[in-house]
Amino acid sequence: MVEWIMEPLGYSFFLRGLFAGLAVSVACGMLSGFIVWRGMAFLGDALAHAILPGIVVSVMFGFSMFLGAMGAAVVSVVAIGAITGQRGFKDDTAIGVIFTGAFALGIVLMNRVSTFKDLSHILFGSILGVGTGDVTAIAAVALIVVIMVSLFYKELLVTSFDPTHAIAIGLSPTVIQYGLLFLVAATTVISVQTVGVVLVLALLVTPAAAASLLSKNLPVIIVMSIGFAAFSVLAGFYASYYLDLASGAAIVLTLTLVFSAVFAMAKVKAGLLRKQ
Amino acid sequence: MLQKLLKVLAAWKEPFNGCKGLSVKKPRIFCYGASCDHPPVADTPALYLKDVMFRYAGTESMVLNNVSVSIQPGEKVALVGPNGAGKSTLMKLILGLEKLESGTINIYGHNAASCRHRVAMVPQKSSIDWSFPVTVRQVVLMGRYVHLGWFRRPSVADIAAVDRAMEAMEIADLASRQVGALSGGQQQRVMLARTLAHDADLLLLDEPLNHVDIATQELMFHTIESLCKEGKSVLVSTHDLGILTVHFSRALFLDKSIIADGPVKKVLTPENIARAYGFEFHKEGELKPWLNG
Repeated sequence: MVEWIMEPLGYSFFLRGLFAGLAVSVACGMLSGFIVWRGMAFLGDALAHAILPGIVVSVMFGFSMFLGAMGAAVVSVVAIGAITGQRGFKDDTAIGVIFTGAFALGIVLMNRVSTFKDLSHILFGSILGVGTGDVTAIAAVALIVVIMVSLFYKELLVTSFDPTHAIAIGLSPTVIQYGLLFLVAATTVISVQTVGVVLVLALLVTPAAAASLLSKNLPVIIVMSIGFAAFSVLAGFYASYYLDLASGAAIVLTLTLVFSAVFAMAKVKAGLLRKQ
Repeated sequence: MLQKLLKVLAAWKEPFNGCKGLSVKKPRIFCYGASCDHPPVADTPALYLKDVMFRYAGTESMVLNNVSVSIQPGEKVALVGPNGAGKSTLMKLILGLEKLESGTINIYGHNAASCRHRVAMVPQKSSIDWSFPVTVRQVVLMGRYVHLGWFRRPSVADIAAVDRAMEAMEIADLASRQVGALSGGQQQRVMLARTLAHDADLLLLDEPLNHVDIATQELMFHTIESLCKEGKSVLVSTHDLGILTVHFSRALFLDKSIIADGPVKKVLTPENIARAYGFEFHKEGELKPWLNG
């Protein structure tokens, strides 16, 4: 067993990937509770898709993928903000319009770049392919997310629970929302390398969804979310190594299994309580 | 959108510091924390409204028309009027949630738009996300945020204030429960406890009696009574006219403008009620049970 665990750790690519994956799970777990309970799941998915053209453009012109993706994310968030409220549109309409458009643009750009044969690792992630530079960037973003959420925790809490009270005490829920979106965008960008654009939403939503079945207290939910995400990355990683599975899919599938197990457990517990 | 962005940018001029001298026209965000506190000016009304005019952006009709009111420290005032009279809007204006079209609102001698520490509101419950995973203690602690501001964590004194507020509202045993799991009355106690923790001098309660049990109502009025004895002022909006004669000495009758202001019995005349609720459009027979009762 020990050997089974230790063996892949001998490879530097495995270690790098594992470290990157764990950093990503910390960032996602930190934000997951807010995404679930502020009802931002669809927006998170949209962001993940909307960064595709940014990534493709950065590869085309040879600049940092992170900057390209962040640029696309910021443009999308601003565009969604601009459309929301126009003629009474709700934000999900704006999100639907922008995210599909941006994703389609990304696909078209991908087709145009003939040298750019394999972008499947962007769509589905390739955690074993992360370089040393990527790992540094991922760890830096994860650290920023942890610091920002810790520093502005009470502001995030009050703008989520009672925006009116927030305004009354001098806080702008809009500014806090944009700040949170910026963190979600940065986290999405670093998550893309682990699980890919298509599956990144799972890391943003499922950890807190599972944790919320067990606790109704946000700090506990956040800690549990980090735990669930980290466990899934770890388990998915080894599964991917030994069973030769796509790493992103293996991680997300593990996460879904964790959720299902917790869900079943909560159901059984509720059933037992009712019988008593 | 661009305007919104410019507003935000303009506000960054004085981001994390005090807001002394902040005029009504400047954006009112980031005025947050102890450095923004305005201590009450001696010998000024708790609440002073002069010629307040307001309409919502893009609408023609005035929601509030020439409203002038003065409430002294220690006063307990009921705000009554039909639906759509502007009761909630008036409270939002006092709290600085909406921008005045013209007129003056002062709280203890300070412009209401910048005076956040002296005033607190128990809102109608619809504006709150009750499903959000926060505990009773965390919600009551939100009442202290206005004094904390950016980056500061609650001190021992803040925690003590939260404990006192929860005990006063008899919800100390619910401290670690999620707020959404409570009954309507308990939720209202949590909101009142948050307001107590805020330690404001002027309290606004917007329709606090809706969906609340008798025990909570009694506790609420008892709390209001003792706050007023300490010199704090309370303004309660309600459409429950029956409660007025028991708990209030002064009432304001609002229907876009102040129709009557004074002792409850003088305000609640059949003429005023008829004027505010438009009963004169009905058959005379329909009025009788109301006016006689």
